[in-house]
Amino acid sequence: MTDTIRPNLRIVIVGHVDHGKSTLVGRMLHEAGAMPEGKLEQIKAISEKRGMPFEWAFVMDALQAERDQGITIDTARIHFHTDMRDYTIIDAPGHTEFLKNMITGAASAQAALLLIDAQEGVREQSRRHGYLLSLLGVKQIAVVVNKMDLVGYDAGRFGELVTTYSAYLEGLGVEPSVFIPVSARNGDNVGARSKTMPWYQGPTVLKALDGFTEPLSSEDKPLRLPIQGVYKFDERRILAGRIESGRLKVGDTLLFSPSNKTARIRSIETWNAPEPLTEASAGMSVGFTLDEQIFVERGEVASHEASPPVETNVFKARLFWLGHKPLLQGKHYTLKINTLEADVLVERIERVIDTGDLTTREAQSVERNAVAEVVLRTRRMLAIDEALSIEATGRFVLVEDYLPVGGGLVSMEGYPDQRDLITVRSTNITAVGHAVSRELRQSRNGHVGGVLWFTGLSGAGKSTLALALEEQLFARGYQVYVLDGDNVRGGLNANLGFSPEDRAENIRRIGEVAALFADAGFIVISSFISPYRADRQRAREAVKQGFHEIYVEADLAVCEQRDPKGLYRRARTGEIRDFTGISSPYEAPEAADLVVSTDRQSVEECLEVLTGYVERAFRQAV
Amino acid sequence: MDYLDSLEAESVYILREAFAKLDNIAVLWSLGKDSNVVLWLIRKAFLGHVPFPVMHVDTGKKFPEMYAFRERYSKEWGLRLLVEPCPPIDAVDPTLPPAARSAARKTHGLNDALKKYGFRGLVAGIRRDEEGTRAKERYFSPRGEGNVWNLRDQPPEFWNQYMTTFPPDVHVRIHPLLHWTELDIWRYTKRENIPLISLYFAKDGKRYRSLGDQDITSPMASNADTLDAIIAELETTRVAERSGRAMDHEAEDAFERLRASGYL
Repeated sequence: MTDTIRPNLRIVIVGHVDHGKSTLVGRMLHEAGAMPEGKLEQIKAISEKRGMPFEWAFVMDALQAERDQGITIDTARIHFHTDMRDYTIIDAPGHTEFLKNMITGAASAQAALLLIDAQEGVREQSRRHGYLLSLLGVKQIAVVVNKMDLVGYDAGRFGELVTTYSAYLEGLGVEPSVFIPVSARNGDNVGARSKTMPWYQGPTVLKALDGFTEPLSSEDKPLRLPIQGVYKFDERRILAGRIESGRLKVGDTLLFSPSNKTARIRSIETWNAPEPLTEASAGMSVGFTLDEQIFVERGEVASHEASPPVETNVFKARLFWLGHKPLLQGKHYTLKINTLEADVLVERIERVIDTGDLTTREAQSVERNAVAEVVLRTRRMLAIDEALSIEATGRFVLVEDYLPVGGGLVSMEGYPDQRDLITVRSTNITAVGHAVSRELRQSRNGHVGGVLWFTGLSGAGKSTLALALEEQLFARGYQVYVLDGDNVRGGLNANLGFSPEDRAENIRRIGEVAALFADAGFIVISSFISPYRADRQRAREAVKQGFHEIYVEADLAVCEQRDPKGLYRRARTGEIRDFTGISSPYEAPEAADLVVSTDRQSVEECLEVLTGYVERAFRQAV
Repeated sequence: MDYLDSLEAESVYILREAFAKLDNIAVLWSLGKDSNVVLWLIRKAFLGHVPFPVMHVDTGKKFPEMYAFRERYSKEWGLRLLVEPCPPIDAVDPTLPPAARSAARKTHGLNDALKKYGFRGLVAGIRRDEEGTRAKERYFSPRGEGNVWNLRDQPPEFWNQYMTTFPPDVHVRIHPLLHWTELDIWRYTKRENIPLISLYFAKDGKRYRSLGDQDITSPMASNADTLDAIIAELETTRVAERSGRAMDHEAEDAFERLRASGYL
């Protein structure tokens, strides 16, 4: 009797319909000696009844419709083992119509066998499946070139396919571990080496499986523990969830995001465990208590303070779409990342990717079974990660009409982590009032204080308009002052660079300064690209009243042509990184208080609009 | 973490998702080895508690050992036990082959109970390795009007995300053991020391590998009379687990038809 539990590797088999996936699985089972007793006889009987030759695929195809039509509709699992380890084989349907079933199967796999028909060659689904595997995070791939019997076991044909398909996979950054020529029907190179293809020196399919490595544990990554629930079945208040990455131990201080609360782990709670746990690591579903009764709810992510997740309400994503209805720009869906759920807006579809040839195009919608790059925005703050750094907290699904309809990977490229911007560190603050009231200042100035917040691309004409407007307003007796980008960065914000986080902090501080000026009775004209909508919203909240968002609009091509400071040219050559409009996002205002279009209106026309606006908004309010 | 730990952690995650997202759920208890593991995992997930009702859909044709087991452990484990009867055989579709027809009584009993309690979710201990159509299952498997399983169009499941919100008239079967194999069940039962009905252990050269009703289950030849012996037997056998279940084999699609209409 053996009591040792061997490692188990989950392998998905993908490929175009009719390229022989189910047949390969049937054959592998047979070769590995794992076919259940009586199964061969049963399949013989089914095949005979249908008047067809013995069909290996019937081992896997369990549904009546699958046997009738000879296609796999839904994913299936089969277990067998080699001397080395146990395998769970996931047979994923190749038919386009069942792509969601293929994804259901493939997403839990740790390695893949990708099948190509030697005669038909690389087909649409062969490419699409390769693409989706890389998107799903399946990195180990062996390519099986099946039906070699139909091409006379020709080494040349095999070589052609290796060249074509390697080139495609390389474009995805996927490097297949091996290409294997087989005939699944006849058993060549499946379990035993083929005598008909002496030119092939590589491993058989079963040997290739043993060549895959077991996935590395994410124990060594930062701790991420999404809270699933808070249980109070008895006197204990237990937080429950699965550790997605990292490890924790009793006594650790946990930071909960996005609420930004902290508390220490008092105990790890278990039931029927051999001994009490003092630590736990990635993969474990745990329950624990805290030393303080802070309010924590499902969806929050626990981490250590030194390595928290990103907090943001906007991010980029690469996603695949499975919905019957197309994904639409401007539409809302439910976003789910682990146990976190939020209403999400598809703000922009940046490009749709043709998974066949990797070309991209612009579009307003994403059709079923397509892949796209999008910008998603939520109202509430999310605690997430870059998919590249921590998979589990960096991938999400979208839900529509109750159904999961899309899956994607988070990219924070160009967007700031907003955690520091919303974290209040000061304590024991008591605001002091003023001896001179707002009304007194207004009546002496003859106008109210406030902020004209110019936003727009570099080169749109913000500074030109700001300075001209300052001059005109001053001449008309206004208390007015311009805050301009380069000036503020020379002093107050000299310590900030141009990373997304620094850009956001730059705007946060300017928002606060503008609020002080406005409170002092001035009209502040601020002239900053201020690319992020969230930052402008924060500035609006800081100023409280009299905040006017002015969109100085100009087409990117026009701005780039003007290029007053030569910055676009340097950004295009890669000399400047994180340049708005080129390598960093610009989020245009959704509902600006005023829009001036410098590519369609002259400076004079714009100024007339602006002064008229100020007369109405600031003078008449007094 | 060893392999059993990872199976356990995955199942606990699924059970906690079901509990968090669905009001009014129950767990089905057939008294067999799989549903005992499910109950055990629920207590793992909820730290010793079973926070929803435990339902036994009773054909009245179970073995005496099973009824004794039910009485004892529903008390010892503090379960909120619901015992639901099944209709007589003549109430069942007469076009079904005999054993399938008999098994379909359970489907009717189950559907009646669902109606009676209005459960939105039912936790059940089926596994993908048991049978071909079960291999096609989802962890969260929605059942439409009349409790029908639309196996041609099931929701996608990936990255631990399941369909957990539903239109009215739809209930969901939750299958926390989908990724376990028969051998995993036995190894875990041994490790955790989970109580079992004695029929699983060989007596006079025979034992039950799968427990159903008296009229549709038959024992297999075996001398495995301990957990260790059962595990050793399963490590080498090539006999299908449900070979002793008559209704699986009467027609090519008999079991598929049963399952599509609501059978577990």
